[in-house]
Amino acid sequence: MANYLAMIYDNEAAWAAASEEDVAEMLRAHSEFGRANGHALRGGARLADSAAATSIRKGTNGDVAVTDGTFAETKEVLGGYYVIEADDFDQALAIAQQIPSLAGGIELRPIIPS
Amino acid sequence: MGDQSHRPVDVARTVAAVYEQEWAFVLAATARVAADLDLAEECAQDAFAQALASWPNGGIPLRPGAWLTTVARRRAIEVRRREATLARKFPLLVTDLQVTEELPLDGQSIPDDRLRLIFTCCHPALAREAQVALTLRLVCGLSTQEVARAFLVKEATMQARITRAKRKIAEVRIPYRVPEEVDLPQRVSAVLDVIHLVYSAGHTAGSGGALVRGDLAARGVSLARMLHMLLPDDSEATGLLALLCLTESRRPARLGPHGELMLLEDQDRGAWDRGAIADGLQLVRIALSHPPAGRFALMAAIAAVHAEAPRWEDTDWRQIVGLYDLLLDRWPSPVVALNRAAAISFADGPGHALDALQHVEADPLLAEYPYLAATRADLLRRLERTEEAIVAYAEALRLTDNSAQATFLARRLRELQSSTSDQEDTP
Repeated sequence: MANYLAMIYDNEAAWAAASEEDVAEMLRAHSEFGRANGHALRGGARLADSAAATSIRKGTNGDVAVTDGTFAETKEVLGGYYVIEADDFDQALAIAQQIPSLAGGIELRPIIPS
Repeated sequence: MGDQSHRPVDVARTVAAVYEQEWAFVLAATARVAADLDLAEECAQDAFAQALASWPNGGIPLRPGAWLTTVARRRAIEVRRREATLARKFPLLVTDLQVTEELPLDGQSIPDDRLRLIFTCCHPALAREAQVALTLRLVCGLSTQEVARAFLVKEATMQARITRAKRKIAEVRIPYRVPEEVDLPQRVSAVLDVIHLVYSAGHTAGSGGALVRGDLAARGVSLARMLHMLLPDDSEATGLLALLCLTESRRPARLGPHGELMLLEDQDRGAWDRGAIADGLQLVRIALSHPPAGRFALMAAIAAVHAEAPRWEDTDWRQIVGLYDLLLDRWPSPVVALNRAAAISFADGPGHALDALQHVEADPLLAEYPYLAATRADLLRRLERTEEAIVAYAEALRLTDNSAQATFLARRLRELQSSTSDQEDTP
């Protein structure tokens, strides 16, 4: 068994432009996904959008710089995640492929057991 | 087992032949118990070394593959038991076999695990170039140096590529397994793409002198043969083997006496390999007998129409255009559109083909594709639009990095230039 982090990268402009019904439909799709795959899901959440992001970097002289915004400026930003428990990659992939996303995609990575 | 002793030279030759035949089987069966691709490779290599040492006196076993597999698996189990308590760098390969499980060591009933190996090497989570490298290294048993040379990269680069891919397989737990039924068509398709790529890299070497890098092409054919044998009911695997047999049948006629490229039009059809054509035609029929026809089955069908024409003038271009239409309809690609335009030029004339080419030319993917410029040049030449043809040939010549191709294009360019120099208005 291994845990995988499925990161949902989505286009925030598309979310901002989406109608109320589209957003509601998206949330419904996520609950549906959660119900269908509940046995394998070990966590998951939707994140506030990138306007709410704060980056914290350690400087060379040991001081800490706190800045507004995400770490990398990209069109697709991390908008949510699921933790999937699976026997192997193919099983995790089969579940991750069902994750709804409006205008982006999923990045799947194994979590190293502590 | 024979009890007479053998000359080491004969044994070495036998071992080399067995390596070619059985490497994939031995490695695949060993990987399942080793649960580690590197360890499996080591154990399989050791087994072949042991064969070289012990067969001269002990005799060549009746089933060399089974002997080698048994030796390699035994060694893998030993190593695994010994290291059971050690910390591992990477997690074990996910297999459905416990190392403690009793193995049938009589060699009679070793399961064929080659499909597992092939599907693992061609997993879609690996980059295409890594899939190709792993397949050549693990399934075909090529050395890293040979794989590097085939793809004209430094050995260290290829080594890094292979190591990274193996590490990803272990780290993300890509299972050593044949995919589920629902995933099978997509996964088989990836394997077929890899094999086709290996063959094509051998057939038309992009760079370098020889147009036919025979060894890679032969590897491609044997991979296609292996896959067809392992998946006899998959019509796309059948289609790919048919395509490669038919393409390969023309190999003896592809290069002229000075190593120059011979167009299909100018090839000596008497030199085509009749045996390969017969095999290919039979396979095409099987591949097409389960509609809808797949991508490789259609490409094989096109090759079959060529194979069946006794002379260039007898080619059924109408049928070829129809097959390209089907191909373009379900698997649209600029390259297919380009080939379709070439077929139209023979069915309806070069003017119609030039019209068909207009859609293709808009594709930015093809801007640097030498065959587009070469096809346009050929059409313009046949329409006697010489000035435009000269420009197109010069462009094709600039874009190609294949020397046999370049020689051909340069010759056409010279012919056209000398035909216009009479009018004293060469640019």
